Amino acid sequence: MDNPVIPASGTFGFGYEFNNWFDISVLGSIALKGTTIEARYGNPLPRIAECPAGMINAIGLQNPGAVAVRDIELKKLAAVYPKKVIANVGGHSFGEYVETSAILSAAEEVFAIELNVSCPNVKGGGMAFGLDAGVLEELTAAVKEASSKPVIVKLSPNVTDITVLAKAAERGGADGLSLINTLVGMRIDLRTAKPIISVKRGGYSGPGVFPVAVNAVYNTREAVSLPIVGMGGIMNAENVIEMMYAGADCVMVGTLNLIDPCGSKKIIEDLPGVMERLGIDKLTDIVGRAHR
Amino acid sequence: MKSERLKITENRQITADIYKMCLLGAEKPLPGNFLELTIPGCFLGRPFGVAGYADGITEIYYRVVGEGTMKMTGMKEGEEVDALTGLGNSFDTNGVKKPLIVSGGLGFAPLKFLAESFVEKGITPLFVAGFKSRSDIVEFLKESGFSPVITTDDGTAGFHGSAVDYIKEKVPEFDRYYACGPMPMLKGMAAAFKGGQLSLEARMGCGFGACMGCSIMTTAGAKRVCKEGPVFSSEEVIFGD
Repeated sequence: MDNPVIPASGTFGFGYEFNNWFDISVLGSIALKGTTIEARYGNPLPRIAECPAGMINAIGLQNPGAVAVRDIELKKLAAVYPKKVIANVGGHSFGEYVETSAILSAAEEVFAIELNVSCPNVKGGGMAFGLDAGVLEELTAAVKEASSKPVIVKLSPNVTDITVLAKAAERGGADGLSLINTLVGMRIDLRTAKPIISVKRGGYSGPGVFPVAVNAVYNTREAVSLPIVGMGGIMNAENVIEMMYAGADCVMVGTLNLIDPCGSKKIIEDLPGVMERLGIDKLTDIVGRAHR
Repeated sequence: MKSERLKITENRQITADIYKMCLLGAEKPLPGNFLELTIPGCFLGRPFGVAGYADGITEIYYRVVGEGTMKMTGMKEGEEVDALTGLGNSFDTNGVKKPLIVSGGLGFAPLKFLAESFVEKGITPLFVAGFKSRSDIVEFLKESGFSPVITTDDGTAGFHGSAVDYIKEKVPEFDRYYACGPMPMLKGMAAAFKGGQLSLEARMGCGFGACMGCSIMTTAGAKRVCKEGPVFSSEEVIFGD
C-alpha cells in the first residue's frame, strides 16, 4: 500500500459512490461493506442513534450477497479504483463464512479477507464467533483453508481481554488482525422511554471509542507478532500517528466517513505536515514506538 | 452532492414548534433534494428537505423535536454552517400537466419547492396542505401567488379532516400526485391512489448512502431513503404496520 489509510468496512459502502466526493484512488485500500452468502435487508429502522462523541448503529449487515458483490459491486469499484481491496466477510455459521470467503477471495480485485467475527448487530452470529477463543481459532483455520488470499481477523472489544482472542486468531493461522470493532451500546428515547434502536442495542463508534481502541492495539501488539490494522474513532492525522505508536501497522478510518465524506482524503493530505511537525521520516519507523 | 459552507440569513419561529431557516451560498438544488446541516455540538448532521431556492438562498423548515433542532433555534443570522447539499434524488415532473400536491404537517416543505417549480413553468398545481389545528398552519405559499387548500384534523380551519380525506371526498382531477408527510398518511395515499410520488423521511446516519442506516423495503429490494430516495413511486414502497 502506498499509504496506511483505509476506509473501514461498513462506513464506505462498496466504495465507488465516494468517487462523487473525491478521487478515491488516493486511498491506500478500501474495506468493503460486510458481505454474507445470501442478500440481507438488515434490521428494521431506526438503525442509528446519536451519541455525544459518536453514534450507535445497528444496520444488521445489509448487503446484496457474495455473488452480487463479486459480479456487480467489485466491477463498479474496479472501474474507478485501480488498487486491490479488502473484502469483509460475515456469517451465521462456519459454512457461511467459509463459502463467502472462498467466493470473495477468488475475485482478482480482492487482496485480503477481513473476517468479521465482531459485528454486534446480527442475531445468532457475527460477534458470537469472536467472543470464544476456541470457536475463533477453529473458524479462522477453516476460513484460512478456504481462502486463496490472506485472512485478517477483525476483533471485538466486547471482551474482558482482547489479547486472548488475538492469540486464538494467531493460532488459527490468521495473517493479520484488525481492531477494534464497535462497542455494544444503547440509547433510550426520553419521551417514549424505549430504546431508540429497533433491535434495542447496536455498535458504538466515533471519537469516544478512540482511547479504548488505542489501549486494545497497544495490548495486542505486546501479545502477538501479527500485523495489526488499528481502528476505532480515528478523526484526524494525529490520531493515525497515535494509533501507529500503539502498534498499528496501518489504520482504518470509519465513522468519520459518515459525517465528512472527504474525511479519509483529508487525513491523507494532512499526514505529511503532521509527520514533519513531529520529526517523523517514515511511518514504518513509528509502528509500536510507544513500546520502546 | 457538494460540501459547502453556508451563511444563515434568517432563522425565525413560525408556529409553536416550527421554525424557518434561510441559508446563503448553496448551488441550486432540484425539487426533492435535501441537505445535511452540521449543528455545532452534535455529532451527526441533520437532514432537511429543501423548501425553496431563490437568489442563492436555500429555505428549510424544521420542527423542534430534540437536542439538535433545539440547538438550531439558537443559531444566529450571519453565522456560518457546514452543509452537504444537493443530496438525494428529485421529483419527476416530466410531461405532468395537472399535478396534485398533498402534504401532512411539515411535509409541505419539499412540496413547496416543487409547487414553485411548476409555477415557474406556467403550471398551477392543486396543493392540499393538512395540519393538526389552526395554530399549526404555516402560510408557506403566500409569496408564490397562489394559496393551498388547507385542511385541519380538528376542523378549526379549512376543510375538517386530513389532506387525504379531502382528496378522497373531492376527487380532484390530476395526472400525477406528489405527497409528503407522516408514514400513515403516505400509506393512505398510496392505498387510495396510483401514480404518485412519495417523499419519505427517515432517521439517517450519513445522508449520502454510506451507512445504510435509512434503508426501506421496496418491490425492487432494499433502497436507501437518502440515496435512491427520498422520492419513491407510490407503487414501489412496501409499508410496514
